[in-house]
Amino acid sequence: MNTTLRDKIDWVGYVDWTIRDFHGYTAERGTTYNAYLIRDEKTALIDTVKAPYGQHLLQNISAMTPLHSIDYVVCNHAEPDHAGALSQVMAAMPKAILICDQKCKNALSRHFDTSGWKFQIVKTGDTVSLGDRTLHFIETPMVHWPESMFTYVPEEKLLFSMDAFGQHYASSQRFDDKVPLETLLQEARSYYANIIMPYGKQTAKVLQQMDVLDVEMIAPSHGLILRHHIREMLEAYMDWASFRPKPKVLVIYDTMWGSTGEMAHAILEGASLPGVETKLIYVRGSDHSKIATESLDAAAIAFGSSTLNAGMMPMAAAVLTYLKGLRPLNKAGFAFGSYGWGRGGPEAVDEYMKAMKWEILRDPLKAQFRPTDEILDECRQAGRLLAEKAMELAC
Amino acid sequence: MNKYVCDVCGWVYDPEQGLPEEGIKPGTSFEDLPDDFVCPECGVGKEDFSPEE
Repeated sequence: MNTTLRDKIDWVGYVDWTIRDFHGYTAERGTTYNAYLIRDEKTALIDTVKAPYGQHLLQNISAMTPLHSIDYVVCNHAEPDHAGALSQVMAAMPKAILICDQKCKNALSRHFDTSGWKFQIVKTGDTVSLGDRTLHFIETPMVHWPESMFTYVPEEKLLFSMDAFGQHYASSQRFDDKVPLETLLQEARSYYANIIMPYGKQTAKVLQQMDVLDVEMIAPSHGLILRHHIREMLEAYMDWASFRPKPKVLVIYDTMWGSTGEMAHAILEGASLPGVETKLIYVRGSDHSKIATESLDAAAIAFGSSTLNAGMMPMAAAVLTYLKGLRPLNKAGFAFGSYGWGRGGPEAVDEYMKAMKWEILRDPLKAQFRPTDEILDECRQAGRLLAEKAMELAC
Repeated sequence: MNKYVCDVCGWVYDPEQGLPEEGIKPGTSFEDLPDDFVCPECGVGKEDFSPEE
């Protein structure tokens, strides 16, 4: 396996082939925790791995250089999948100074006993020379956590971008040109939707900052390293960060005895206009991370739930709670669903859509017990409205 | 009226603008924001804001 990014700059991370449940996000292709070693007059480790794989990391490093010779450990992000092995690393590298920003130090001190660690606190614009190469630090708050930071090596035109541009994609390959581009972008899109989406504004800011950097290689903390498809990835990120919608309609629903399902099919039928991509998603059996990914570029969404105990169906509520947290913007939609005697399901969906600040195209579309032919016609009309709105928003 | 910066994510509250989408009218000082006000970007409370320098 080729792990060399540049002369004496190597990947020393861990490939997690078997993980599927990544704090609730379904990582169908597993993932990698990328750590990098720069050997110069001074030696620096860029990030670590998840705690259970700390020994693998230390072995990878030992194969290249003695652990006691490491001068710096850079922590770009305090989340446990990257900082988790820090206590093992700091114990094994007595000389190492931990470089991070102030917020990162605060976060690390909540995770670990850092009393014996030597810190060097950096902020945007600070640099540390390793000899022929220099580390430049750029704070990127909320991409993905408050303390997140990029490390840039101008002499190599190499950017360690932390979670940005990452993908949950386990592979025996380390570089983007060794895997299918479509799969790479698909995993990057899923990662963006499920991890970065709430911070579109901050991501747009980061992309602006990157304009001034000369970058030939992007080394993220998950997945493949980018060296051939940087342009494609940046263009995709610009679309995602600005929530540029496609003429795409989603009809997402849960149903108790089939009525809301029938309504969903009628809405989909109405929305099937030329030039509009439509998708019907039944939340039970569908993965919420996939639904989030589909939502990223959808312009219009109808969301339905039957009424169960005066509220939504539980899986519908789970999906909406997850989506609301991810804050998908620039969308239009409406709620629909059936009820028996009391109200609750569609109304609760409507509240979520309002809380997400989506443009509400109509009052909740409701059917008592079974949708009549008239109601199914209304569903088809509402579907058409959804598709027309999607085309308008995607212009 | 001072602008206030979120210590966590860097979002800035500008009293002249208010936050109309959250029902906070332009001209509302940071001090007059409700106690349950949270940063619209990262969700921390008023205690995590500092006056802009």
